[in-house]
Amino acid sequence: MSLRLDPRADASIGLRLAVSFASGLVALLIVAIPVMAAGGNPFSAYLLMAQGAFGSMFALSETLNRATPLILTGLAAAIAFRARLWNIGAEGQLYMGALAAVLVGSGFLQLPPALMIPAIMIAGFLAGGLMMVVPTILKQRFGADEVVITLLLNFVVILFVQMLIEGPLKDPLAMGWPQSVPLLAEARFDKLIPRLRTHWGLLVGLLAAILLWLMVRKTVLGFEIKAVGENKAAARFAGIPVDGTMLKVALISGGLAGLAGVGEVAGVKFYLSADLSPGFGYSGIVVAMLAGLSPIGSVLAAIFIAAVFVGADSMSRATGISSYIADLVVALSLLCVLVGSFFLRFRLILDNRKAEA
Amino acid sequence: MTKPIPLLSLQNITKRFGTLTANDAISLDLHEGEILALLGENGAGKTTLMNILFGHYVQDEGIVSVLGADGTLAPLPPGSPGAALGAGIGMVHQHFTLAENLSGLDNIRLGTEALLSFGQRQAARSKIANIIAESGLEVDLDRRVDSLTVGEKQRVEILKALYRDARVLILDEPTAVLTPQEAEGLFVVLRRLAANGLGVIFISHKLGEVLAVSHRIMVLRGGRKAGELTTADADRRAIADLMVGKAVAEVKRSRGNPGAPLLSLNKVSLGKPGQHMALHDVSFALKSGEVIGLAGVSGNGQTGIAALISGLAVPDAGTMTLFDQPITRASPRDLVQRGVARMPEDRQHDGVVGTMSVADNIAMEDIRSPGLSRFGLLDRKAMRARAKAAIADYDVRCPGPDAEARLLSGGNVQKLILARVLEREPRIILANQPTRGLDIGAQSEVHRRILAARDRGAAVIVISEDLDELFTLADRFLVIHAGHVVDAGPAETLDRSTIGLLMAGQSPIRETMAS
Repeated sequence: MSLRLDPRADASIGLRLAVSFASGLVALLIVAIPVMAAGGNPFSAYLLMAQGAFGSMFALSETLNRATPLILTGLAAAIAFRARLWNIGAEGQLYMGALAAVLVGSGFLQLPPALMIPAIMIAGFLAGGLMMVVPTILKQRFGADEVVITLLLNFVVILFVQMLIEGPLKDPLAMGWPQSVPLLAEARFDKLIPRLRTHWGLLVGLLAAILLWLMVRKTVLGFEIKAVGENKAAARFAGIPVDGTMLKVALISGGLAGLAGVGEVAGVKFYLSADLSPGFGYSGIVVAMLAGLSPIGSVLAAIFIAAVFVGADSMSRATGISSYIADLVVALSLLCVLVGSFFLRFRLILDNRKAEA
Repeated sequence: MTKPIPLLSLQNITKRFGTLTANDAISLDLHEGEILALLGENGAGKTTLMNILFGHYVQDEGIVSVLGADGTLAPLPPGSPGAALGAGIGMVHQHFTLAENLSGLDNIRLGTEALLSFGQRQAARSKIANIIAESGLEVDLDRRVDSLTVGEKQRVEILKALYRDARVLILDEPTAVLTPQEAEGLFVVLRRLAANGLGVIFISHKLGEVLAVSHRIMVLRGGRKAGELTTADADRRAIADLMVGKAVAEVKRSRGNPGAPLLSLNKVSLGKPGQHMALHDVSFALKSGEVIGLAGVSGNGQTGIAALISGLAVPDAGTMTLFDQPITRASPRDLVQRGVARMPEDRQHDGVVGTMSVADNIAMEDIRSPGLSRFGLLDRKAMRARAKAAIADYDVRCPGPDAEARLLSGGNVQKLILARVLEREPRIILANQPTRGLDIGAQSEVHRRILAARDRGAAVIVISEDLDELFTLADRFLVIHAGHVVDAGPAETLDRSTIGLLMAGQSPIRETMAS
């Protein structure tokens, strides 16, 4: 009896879904070990997590509020990775988007909300997009590795933002806290439900996911992105403008991450600070991988990741188990997806034929 | 030379994949010192049979037996490559299985012993040196495999098999990746190995080389044994008919009818001397209704000519004009829209996106044209309809328009590309190695299509390393050597040896006579 691996011709959609779900589940199972080591009961801990994430209108609102930027950064990673453009810089692009929104929306323009909101969104999209377009041009011209550049730019951008909010953008009324001047009332997103934090940014995320899904399936651009991502040489030979397509992907990817930043300042904080994002850009990579780079899947994966974070906070308050458990779950589910993708490419075959002598 | 007990014996091997019977009761004997050619079209079951022999697949019926040390045939356990290796069966796959970042020596030893056993390394080296001396498989053992040429990599693969004391050597399409010169060298080695007592199975679909190297030929067709004959009394024509199962229609060519020049190169230079795409001072014109054959040893600048006509490059010096307009910008899409059909040299790598569907690949060059998309939205219905028509017209064998292109065989990928580029009735056709790796049936189909396009008035350039192919197609020969192109004149005034001299870079007497 032996175990063999056979290459798989094509993985069905059901199998892809199963791998994503199983990855999340296995991650939760493994994390049960440290939960027990911390003296908790995994069942009650996970029950508390689920209640903390979905157990009330307030909990649900908090989860969706947390999922909003993750949907957008997840989409940013998904669209870039589809084109084999490795955008690791969503964190920096998010801050640039937020910065642009504050620059435009805190007094520079005086507009009614119907114009102001689109204005800060366009500014944020372009600022985030530019942060990805430049590394892509460097890659095309000089062969510079976009992974390194976008990753390191994250730190550059955050330091730049810190400089601005300690200096020219500092809010004089903030009692010395390092934060920017606030957005005008016209530039703020409305809440979806009164007294709950979920805001219109969630609808922006959902709309972006649907538009991206349509783009991937129905448009010439989606077709060209797929061709360029899967086989650059054949795409170029067939007359698809490879560099131009990559730049469009870069603009969309960085722009989506920028929109995540716009949503955080316009929907949640109303001012720019250096703790605007607890790593939404990096978590977006996990979201995209869990979603198998599917736009609609990114929405579900973002809600899952958000629920883990929100639920773990609440569980931690109730049991005293550290909320770092959430980071463990997220990291492990990424690892599980990577292992799971192996089973999308290969089939395990149990071979119990007796060997004839 | 034939001994009563064979080295290897396959009896009634049958293998089914779902409803497809890939091998149907095939029997085969191989004797010591014999080179057996296994001949058949793509999909005839050659590779399946060898994968069963080597233990990659498990047969549904039948027995594989190998001559044991005691002089009797013993059955080999099915589905065990280890057992096949142990019994002295070595296989050289079409796609090499070498670790690119290790030296030739380490690759040969890989899998048989630990890489950190210092004492054995020297022993291995001297054993391999002996094998090299005996077989003539010259290769630098200390160079990393990724710096070796394709021919050298193949030699490392063969050495790997011999190092494991192979008594039976299976070569799957060994010449598909070799230049004619390298193939010649391989044949010399195989004859020498056979003379030393090795049994060789040589899988191919090229008649010429099979006749040149083998002792015995077995022809497979549609999973069955179609015939078996000794090479000495084999006849080219008869084997071809056995392979295809019907009389092969020889492509009959009439003279072309050259008209106006459609694309011309005037004193074109490209790249730096020594680069494989470099061209120096190249001038020629492609005329309507004429097939130009570009002959030359691979790597002498053919890539440069192809890059120019594909729209991937523009001349560094000199001018290229298309329909009397100079081309100043490298743009494949531009050339496609102006009626240039381009078949890439490496059709799997440059021709198709494997993970996209047949329909997507057929539409790829025209995806922005109004017939296939509107306002940036794909017209999937039109794309599928076009793919369906192409599949029918060009006989692309595939499950349907939605099948992924990577599932197609090489011949069918080429048919897909033909369908893509010829559908628009192009004025100019670049056919780069149009039939490399294709079986006879597919070859004559491609040739027929190219000649039909010429008769319609297209200007055609065929780049090929196969002189037989060029003599089948070309009205006029150009020969390329070290980036220089010589006009050799009309095909009927030429013979193989004249072309051969030009390919070797000897300046011809006829050049001065013709011009």
